[in-house]
Amino acid sequence: MTKNLRVKSSEYIDETNRISFKFNGKTYHGFKGDTLASALLANDVHLVGRSFKYHRPRGIMTSGSEEPNAIVQINPGTNRTEPNVRATEVEIYDGLEASSQNCWPSVEFDIGGINNFLSPFFPAGFYYKTFMWPASFWKKYEFFIRHSAGLGKSPTSSDPDIYDHRNIHCDVLVVGAGIAGILAAKNAAKNNFKTFLVDEKNQLGGSTIFENNEFNKIDNKTPSEWLKKEIEELKNIKNLEIKTRTSVAAYHQYNYLLARENLTDHLEAKDKTNKIRQRLLKIRAKKVILATGALERPLIFNNNDRPGIMLSSAIKKYSEFYGVACGSKNVFFTNNDSAYESALSLYNKGINVEAIIDIRDQSESKIVKKIKEAGIKIYWSHSIVDTAGYKRLNSVSIMKLSNDFTSVTGSKISISCDCLGVAGGWTPAVHLYTQSGSKLKFDEEKEVFLPNQNTSTQISVGSCDGDFKIDEIIKNLNQKLKDNLNIKETDLDNIKVEIDQENSKRNIWLLPSDKPLGKTKPFVDYQNDATAKDIKLALREGFRSIEHVKRYTTTGMGTDQGKLGNMHALGIIADTAGVKMGELGTTTFRPPYTPLTFGTIVGRNVGKFFDIFRRTPMNDWHVQNKAEFENVGQWKRAWYYPNNGETMHQAVQRESKAARESAGILDASTLGKIDIQGSDASEFLNRVYTNAWSKLAIGKCRYGLMLNEDGMVYDDGVTTRLGENHYIMTTTTGGAANVLGKLEDYLQTEWPELDVYLTSVTDHYATASLCGPNSKKIIKKIIPDLDLSDENFPHMSFKEANIGHIQCRIMRISFTGEHSYEINVQASYGKDLWEKCMEAGKEFNITPYGTETMHLLRAEKGFIIVGQDTDGTMTPIDLQMDWIVSKKKYDFIGKRSLYRSDTMREDRKQLVGLLTDDPNIVLEEGAQIVSELNQNPVEMLGHVTSSYFSPNLNKSIALAVVRGGKDMIGKKLFIPMKNKNINVTVANPVFYDEKNERLNA
Amino acid sequence: MFLINCPYCGERDQQEFKAGGEAHIERPKQPTELSDDEWAEYLFMRKNIKGVQFERWNHAHGCRKWFNMVRDTSNDEIKAIYKMGEKPPTQ
Ligand SMILES: [Zn+2]
Repeated sequence: MTKNLRVKSSEYIDETNRISFKFNGKTYHGFKGDTLASALLANDVHLVGRSFKYHRPRGIMTSGSEEPNAIVQINPGTNRTEPNVRATEVEIYDGLEASSQNCWPSVEFDIGGINNFLSPFFPAGFYYKTFMWPASFWKKYEFFIRHSAGLGKSPTSSDPDIYDHRNIHCDVLVVGAGIAGILAAKNAAKNNFKTFLVDEKNQLGGSTIFENNEFNKIDNKTPSEWLKKEIEELKNIKNLEIKTRTSVAAYHQYNYLLARENLTDHLEAKDKTNKIRQRLLKIRAKKVILATGALERPLIFNNNDRPGIMLSSAIKKYSEFYGVACGSKNVFFTNNDSAYESALSLYNKGINVEAIIDIRDQSESKIVKKIKEAGIKIYWSHSIVDTAGYKRLNSVSIMKLSNDFTSVTGSKISISCDCLGVAGGWTPAVHLYTQSGSKLKFDEEKEVFLPNQNTSTQISVGSCDGDFKIDEIIKNLNQKLKDNLNIKETDLDNIKVEIDQENSKRNIWLLPSDKPLGKTKPFVDYQNDATAKDIKLALREGFRSIEHVKRYTTTGMGTDQGKLGNMHALGIIADTAGVKMGELGTTTFRPPYTPLTFGTIVGRNVGKFFDIFRRTPMNDWHVQNKAEFENVGQWKRAWYYPNNGETMHQAVQRESKAARESAGILDASTLGKIDIQGSDASEFLNRVYTNAWSKLAIGKCRYGLMLNEDGMVYDDGVTTRLGENHYIMTTTTGGAANVLGKLEDYLQTEWPELDVYLTSVTDHYATASLCGPNSKKIIKKIIPDLDLSDENFPHMSFKEANIGHIQCRIMRISFTGEHSYEINVQASYGKDLWEKCMEAGKEFNITPYGTETMHLLRAEKGFIIVGQDTDGTMTPIDLQMDWIVSKKKYDFIGKRSLYRSDTMREDRKQLVGLLTDDPNIVLEEGAQIVSELNQNPVEMLGHVTSSYFSPNLNKSIALAVVRGGKDMIGKKLFIPMKNKNINVTVANPVFYDEKNERLNA
Repeated sequence: MFLINCPYCGERDQQEFKAGGEAHIERPKQPTELSDDEWAEYLFMRKNIKGVQFERWNHAHGCRKWFNMVRDTSNDEIKAIYKMGEKPPTQ
């Protein structure tokens, strides 16, 4: 039977609602309102995990999101499992299961615990130093490291939950709903600012909500009573939206903050279904008020990490808020008055406090006097030199501090205890403040880093700005609100505060022991097992920058980002190196403040909403006719149309033959289309394409190549002159948006004097490309009155016509080398057009073909595809397309670069054809090309860019880029593959119909 | 995430914009007259200042207009925004 340490009922715990949950397979009970941590402590469970490097037993240390040790796996083995969750933040519900991480086979008996005894061999930088050499051993090391390390397991099946995003615009965002945040939000909202208040806990009020210390009074009430009344009043205030269980993860520039609102994690499984689990709030605030509070620090002494050693403030919260005693024999160790408040809280509930060990000489505050009167023994000027108890603390050893605090003297006293509260002072939570880009300053008197300045758009209030006493908080908050929000009167003007908090403290960053440092384990970063020894070793080895020491020792590198120990690390470095803390600077706090799930980050953008799909107007026909699709950018394009169980190869061979022998039809609607108008349209085209455009007659089409200013091929396509000042440009499918952007850029910034207007019309037209020797007959059938003679409608020309009542633009252009027509209609008629072509083409066995056949057919003709045969390093000359580069034009984009010494090199990679000696071998695209097989290292000449088996030539063909390839026609080269070398011969890249006779066939 | 005051549309979120590199690098009017070095200076050389930098930005998912921005790259403070063709502000 486990002990019940529930000591006194608390209004935040519903003892009528008993909850059953499992931890490491064992069933426990708690109440509605408990966290996993408070419920475990109520059951006297402290041991909850093992440390990362030494596998030392660890217990619950804190009561909040800064927890370094109590990191658990929630609902292991289910699709809702989540690793690395802080037990101090998990609200329990019926059916909750949680387990320890980083221990095997169990937290009670952990094989990795052997590392603890080997710890002299695990100094700072151990992994860097040991596993570097020999390089070939890394795979073995990695196997070992990956199996013994590990923080939890990610789920293996898909996430059943729904996530959401919400944009919020507000006048004032208040982060943190402790006393300062509540008062700030209340006064902002009352003064007509649209205000948003968030807090990571499920209950407003921060630590003041359980501040029942009889020596502190606000308007003659205890702080908790007074604040409850204030919270009650928030309900009636307009302009104020409050979000609890909402943690701000990131604070970016211009007051853009990301917060995670948790909606169902505290609910039973049956209540989670079909609800939004978490919502990412994207907040843009005119002003941000940071009221993020302060975190209590531990003290750094030998063996300060045993289960049962906790923050003093956490013990107070468990006692006052959850009604749980963390131990039956309690000791406190402190450097300030905070521990006395915790001790008094326990004393008032009748819980045994054995002693308080204080490193100060004395304190005269009322609360210290009260503790003395209560008969609790106080050891002034003493320090803990060691602790005992493997899985649970059972005693502490103390000695008197020497006058200079660097050593201990006198005899050792042992105090038996099962819980130790440690109070090392308070560190303002400035994480979000620094994330925003604002700088910190070191306050010599308070020995903390504080926000350096308040600006018109951001202020820090309360203890995160260094005000630790309620009277200071209220006084300073009042002034800041008046200044920043420009208001004259507030609720805070007439509040009467009586306070008995003393600021006396004594900071000793590393406490001495009777043993030499080398024989002790004073942990600075609990989660990553970094000790004060490691930090000193790093300094001895020459590390000086705090950022380097942090990485070398892994201090502050855990999921908690060292929220507890960062100040000690800085203090130890400063003391050892003999510099002032303020001169060291701090490490950078990075988002997220607490970890976010991937689900929250992606929100609704999962599955079919991950990216936009674009479909052509003919898409339904392709689906009905069982096309396979491929993704081209965001487009779903028909790839091939398998007949009766054909393989892809069989389908493509059939489609390719049909297109050349009779008629083929391709959905070309995805090609980019830009409408260009204006009196300078011709001049504009002259400047953006490599060839000349001024003389292109109305009704004619021309192929154009577009370069970047560096001379490399950027895009290509056919442009048609529709009128004197009117062109329609086509671009590659993938390049459409970028080409439009580039053209707009030049027009707006370099040539604003040109009278040119650009409109993207890609989505406005559907395009069917009809090709093959029978294409003319099919067009004749659907448009009987159009004169299709070569005289009236030659290759590279354009006609407007009507198919019934459908207006269409027809270009006689060809990407296959066959006689062909590109028919453009208003998008809504696309499917209609396609069906008419199919119907008319039936007698010619018209064959729909997809992108794969299109690629094959153009490769037979040696036509490039920008982005496949080019990669941003190919000039038109490299592509053997000199014919399209105007020598006469004075300038065009990229022209000057074609005459740079580098672009004129003879040994650049150039586009060539490759033929395999064995015509049945099809090369792999991307395969490397060499001229010598026995070289070491072998020199790569280039690679294969396009490769197919051509059914029309009955052999394999390939395009490739080869260094100096232009002059290698007929030369034998090799393609070394895994199991064989393939012999190839360099060829002219035009494999089929070199004289272009089929265009007019 | 910046809040950018488009000179045509007003304040909009950064995700509506595209950055376009250093501003006030004019394309030479007579490229063919330039030496390789002079052309390379225009084509490749950028200052990449830590501090106050003049930049081009485009309201790509908005009005699609290009404009100039003066930004301190060390703290991302946007000091001024002005239209293409307008004189840069003097400090
Ligand atoms: Zn705009």
